[in-house]
Amino acid sequence: MLLITCPYCGPRPELEFSHGGEAHIARPEKPSELSIEDWTQYLYLRANPKGLHAERWRHLHGCARFFNALRDTTTDQFVATYKAGEPRPTGGAA
Amino acid sequence: MQKFSALELFRQGLSGQSGWRPQWRNPEPKAAYDAVIIGGGGHGLGAAYYLAKQHGLRNIAVLEKGWLGGGNTGRNTTIIRSNYLFDESAALYDHALKLWEGLSQDLNYNVMFSQRGVLMLAHTVHDVQVFKRHVHANRANGVDNEWLSAEEAKAFCPPLNIQPNMRYPVLGGALQRRGGTARHDAVAWGYARAADALGVDIIENCEVTAIRRNAAGAVEAVETTRGVIKTPKIGVSAAGHTSVVLGMAGVRLPLESYPLQALVSEPIKPVFPCVVMSNTIHAYISQSDKGELVIGAGTDVYTSYTQRGGLHINQHTLEAICELFPMFRRMRMLRNWGGIVDVTPDRSPIIAKTSVPGLYVNCGWGTGGFKATPGAAHTLAWTIAKDEPHPINAPFTIERFRDGFLIDEAAAAAVAH
Ligand SMILES: Cc1cc2nc3c(=O)[nH]c(=O)nc-3n(C[C@H](O)[C@H](O)[C@H](O)COP(=O)(O)OP(=O)(O)OC[C@H]3O[C@@H](n4cnc5c(N)ncnc54)[C@H](O)[C@@H]3O)c2cc1C
Ligand SMILES: [Zn+2]
Repeated sequence: MLLITCPYCGPRPELEFSHGGEAHIARPEKPSELSIEDWTQYLYLRANPKGLHAERWRHLHGCARFFNALRDTTTDQFVATYKAGEPRPTGGAA
Repeated sequence: MQKFSALELFRQGLSGQSGWRPQWRNPEPKAAYDAVIIGGGGHGLGAAYYLAKQHGLRNIAVLEKGWLGGGNTGRNTTIIRSNYLFDESAALYDHALKLWEGLSQDLNYNVMFSQRGVLMLAHTVHDVQVFKRHVHANRANGVDNEWLSAEEAKAFCPPLNIQPNMRYPVLGGALQRRGGTARHDAVAWGYARAADALGVDIIENCEVTAIRRNAAGAVEAVETTRGVIKTPKIGVSAAGHTSVVLGMAGVRLPLESYPLQALVSEPIKPVFPCVVMSNTIHAYISQSDKGELVIGAGTDVYTSYTQRGGLHINQHTLEAICELFPMFRRMRMLRNWGGIVDVTPDRSPIIAKTSVPGLYVNCGWGTGGFKATPGAAHTLAWTIAKDEPHPINAPFTIERFRDGFLIDEAAAAAVAH
């Protein structure tokens, strides 16, 4: 089980959290003007990287807030967790 | 190829079993092939076999970064069935099931295919309605599937607990009698041996690290840890690593890779006659011919390439198993492991051409592609050889996501994600 540091509450066991998929995918401002390719990309295409992954988590059984994390998918180690709306941290030696 | 038969076994017995030869060669990679398959699991090895056998492509290779069947092929719980809901899926999975029925003979290799029946349990009114719908849809498609009451389910699988005071009581189940299990390693080895006999080079410890494309954008070569190999056609069957491999050619896919875990118990005498699965409480179980209970858990919630996953996922599954089969409560588990499964948004696979000429992909089998091994391999080979899909895999494109033709099998895919 992962130990996840909620930016609001601190380290808590994975069971308190739900996973929200890839982070920083903004809903298009004007969906009706989007090309079918861009719409497909928004809905379905994911980075699925082997390495650093920016992803959303929700501290469901805690403060219930969404936040983002940078995690290495080859080790499952968290490099950083940060509040929603903040930019993806650069670097992070993982 | 040294043919296996009772007579041959007897003959070898006379010389103390000393005359057996390796089942496939261990060749050095050539500088160029007519086609290259990336991934030496059952799907990739099978595709090479059908390419050689049915399409006459003999100058081909399978490149595997580790050892044959060391991916999900060798890590899965080997459940085989074809009772999926939609017409497209029923056709694809039943195509595979029909190939399974003749596979040991076709390959001259005992893949230990055992049609012991797969029973899917219903625990809620919703389950009952969904499974009955499946039964009807399957029958309309010529796929066997029947509804059993709780008492009939217990008669079919005596260890099953159908007491009404269970937390999730068994209300009945859908039984596919043609379903069952097969020996996972034997599937990889059987295809490898048969493909090798047709001239296919099977190259282990050979990781593809880049895909080269020519000025027109078509594939031209792969770079590997054992050198550059030229080829005009590449078939990718890399399961959890598909996003990584297709990324080498700049292709993005609607895939996410998750850990999926399984575990086996200490071996015991035969006690469990069939396969039982429960989607609702996340457990599936059968007994291997060695006597171990083979138990599958759900996926972890996060994407990962670690082939591990959390222990609480297994615990959750074992709680369900202990409630369904109280006689297993004191059994000890021998080992557990994880594989990385590539999951699509509609839980259906992709077997298709890509936007890159000469690049073909078979992926998205997620938690349930072992059952499809012969069918996936056969249709991938067809697609590579003819540069167009077989009618059976034609609906399973990448473009279906763009065009809104999803084949949503979330209810049939068995493990809740
Ligand atoms: C725990 C678990 C239980 C499962 N239970 C079932 C079940 O009961 N029934 C069912 O139908 N399915 C089940 N599945 C799913 C099933 O195992 C897979 O869908 C199926 O085995 C996929 O076969 P494959 O040949 O495509 O993949 P794999 O056997 O994973 O083969 C892919 C191969 O590609 C290789 N590869 C990857 N990248 C590269 C590279 N760059 N260069 C060279 N080689 C590379 C890998 O090393 C690997 O050997 C389960 C999976 C898991 C993990
Ligand atoms: Zn919190």
